Amino acid sequence: MKRFGSVSLVFLALFLSLPVGAVEITDDLGVTSSFANPPQRIISLLPSLTETVCVLKQCQKLVGVDRYSNWPASIKSLPIVGGGLDPNIEAIAILKPDVVLVGKSSRTTDRLRSLGIKVLTFDVRDYRSAQLAMTKIALLLGLPDKDTELLWQNIIAQVSSIAASLPKSSQGIRVYFEVSNTPFGAGESSFIGETLSRLKVINIIPASLGPFPKLNPEFIVRENPNLIMLGYTANENLSARPGWNKIQAVSQQRICTFTAEEADVLSRPSPRIPEAAQIMANCLIAKSPK
Amino acid sequence: MVQQHFQHSQIQRLTYVVIILTLVLFLLGMSVGSTGFTMIWPPSSDSSVLQIMWDIRLPRTLAAWLAGALLGLAGAIAQGLFRNPLADPYLLGSASGATLGVALSLVMLSTTLFTENWLQRLGITSIAFIGALAGVVITVILARGFQHTFRLLLAGVIVGVILAAISSFFAIMHPEILPVMQAFMLGTTSFAGWSACLLMSVVLIACCLVAWSLSKALDALTLGELTAISLGLRLNFARGILIVVLALATGAAVSQVGLIAFVGLAAPHLVRSLIKVVHRTLLIYSTLIGGILLLGADILARALIAPQELPVGLLTAILGGSYLLWLMHAGQNRAK
Repeated sequence: MKRFGSVSLVFLALFLSLPVGAVEITDDLGVTSSFANPPQRIISLLPSLTETVCVLKQCQKLVGVDRYSNWPASIKSLPIVGGGLDPNIEAIAILKPDVVLVGKSSRTTDRLRSLGIKVLTFDVRDYRSAQLAMTKIALLLGLPDKDTELLWQNIIAQVSSIAASLPKSSQGIRVYFEVSNTPFGAGESSFIGETLSRLKVINIIPASLGPFPKLNPEFIVRENPNLIMLGYTANENLSARPGWNKIQAVSQQRICTFTAEEADVLSRPSPRIPEAAQIMANCLIAKSPK
Repeated sequence: MVQQHFQHSQIQRLTYVVIILTLVLFLLGMSVGSTGFTMIWPPSSDSSVLQIMWDIRLPRTLAAWLAGALLGLAGAIAQGLFRNPLADPYLLGSASGATLGVALSLVMLSTTLFTENWLQRLGITSIAFIGALAGVVITVILARGFQHTFRLLLAGVIVGVILAAISSFFAIMHPEILPVMQAFMLGTTSFAGWSACLLMSVVLIACCLVAWSLSKALDALTLGELTAISLGLRLNFARGILIVVLALATGAAVSQVGLIAFVGLAAPHLVRSLIKVVHRTLLIYSTLIGGILLLGADILARALIAPQELPVGLLTAILGGSYLLWLMHAGQNRAK
């Protein structure tokens, strides 16, 4: 009995020695980092992670960002520490971050870890992983679970109400979303594709082709989409592509182009999903066959 | 006799210049960083400044010099081996092999969410190193040995094209790896830490010693293969070892700092334009000047758009390319 008592005492001591608010986070590389206190100095090396931190209303904890992060406007005054793939290690170290949030780039992660800087790697490619990343970052920042869950539910609810606001005529139209003019398209399994499905349109690129397949232009001609969205800023005459003038979307001028800012919102897997959905919805309202 | 004395003093002068330049560049390398120019003396007591000096700036400065030295040495060996002033260290398929290694490891990293343990432990740099060596091995096999310079060159070109095509294939199938591959191919020293320095210095010392002891074979080769054989040299043995040295030196540099253009090509040219020497001296000075070239370019890359930085490979390509162009026209004018 006495022995049992001392064991429980040891456990009690251990429990008390863990500071209040200590959290352990396992990132998408499977590496677990523990934080005694919620980090107060954060560097983000990926625009979608920067946006996640800011959507969680913790923007003020960012002390540095990568050169592609440009939302919200308040972060534009922060020091830029290079790009996610070519960061300036020294500039990061000088800012003494409590944690650095990065996308998948093992060289950056390894180098920063070897300097004793805590790094969390996120591999966000769809709604699920975006939600997971948001949950983990919220946990890291010491935010209540409930609030994060509500925030996510709110995001999904907003997308649903945008979908409900669409005219009946846009339902079931066949859409091709071009990511780059090589051409790479956004498939059903991509982040962009998930938003399209929630808007109840049909993606001509099935999930079986992968998230962002490189397509044969012939495939697009054969699939004959009713509407084309160009997710990059380019001023290209699609009817000049061989055979493309036969595509319904091209012959009927149902092509949406976006501004650079809109293209950023569309291409980044961040919690700004409702904004992306609204941009796509505006396109559908303007260009759907009546 | 007079000429020999003249040459001797020329070499001496070059030695002083090289030593002083190297020292100045190392001091500059310690001083130039994201915050612009910081004096390294008096030493700061701030722990983060100390960390930046000793764990970031010093290893990357040293790594830039070491990688440049390795490429300079490899370039001098390649130009001697192939008796071709256009030969560069990447000739035997090591560059495309390393790129393929990077592409493959990235594909594996991106298709498995929780990375396989061995892959994570090896890291991209080791796989790039293995890829570089594999590229050379395939070239030698396809050339059916290393006896024929021409066949070796041709096989190197073919392997380069094919491996590059395979890398492109992976990039097309997995477009998400494209930016990372591009970053690798532009070359950067910003990820180099002490472990990279240790690896490169061990390889550099070993390669220098071996290449130096075989420099007579390179001299003999300049007279033509038949003459070299008639001089009683074990040409094939020397050639085989030198190819191994070339592959190791290039692989070590490429895997740590990516594809750095032109340093390996320009360093031996620069030495030859300054002094007329036998290979033993050429190898040493190409090594030293290769180090100076890359370190100088790296400091520029850090300073030009600070606090961000340029990939150093971009700068070496522009600077090295312009220098070779100038050398080419200067040589033509002299010939006229």
